[in-house]
Amino acid sequence: MNIDLIFRIAAIGILVSVLNALLNKSGREEQAMMTTLAGLVVVLMMIVKEIANLFDTVKTLFQF
Amino acid sequence: MEIFQIIGLALVATVIALLLKAHRPEMALQVSLVTGIIIFLVILGKITAVVDLLNSYAEKVNIDMVYINTLLKIVGIAYIAEFGAEVCRDAGEGAIASKVELAGKVIIVVMAVPIITSLLDLIISVMP
Repeated sequence: MNIDLIFRIAAIGILVSVLNALLNKSGREEQAMMTTLAGLVVVLMMIVKEIANLFDTVKTLFQF
Repeated sequence: MEIFQIIGLALVATVIALLLKAHRPEMALQVSLVTGIIIFLVILGKITAVVDLLNSYAEKVNIDMVYINTLLKIVGIAYIAEFGAEVCRDAGEGAIASKVELAGKVIIVVMAVPIITSLLDLIISVMP
């Protein structure tokens, strides 16, 4: 049970929100957009591993 | 008592998802996705014991292993399809969720074809 993954995703989400607000305030909308995109990609890369793990375990458990 | 752990994890994840939903809906979705995966990995050990028990009894009474394997595969497909559809529905994509469920149902029916044909053959052979 690795709950730290949830906390990591939450931290990245909060960080991206803060950076987004900061960059928007200082008038750099396109960089704020890039930050949002980068955060999304980073979290997706973390999640894809877990999804593959889930599929593998279901495959072995139900003898596919 | 792992149920308390799971409920605590679910509550914490729900609070985090609610916190993130206001500004970053996509991150909230990913939090709920990871929570579902972690909870499934926790209950996995218990399901393994049940599956082993089922397999051992099937061997004892000489049931054809093909049928048991098909049954287990159907359970796995149903679980995965439900999981994916629920994630899609959480994100507000009800149409994609229904398509995932439809795909799961079709694949299950296709997998059950050998069982259905053997049942129909049995009925035909019993009929006078």
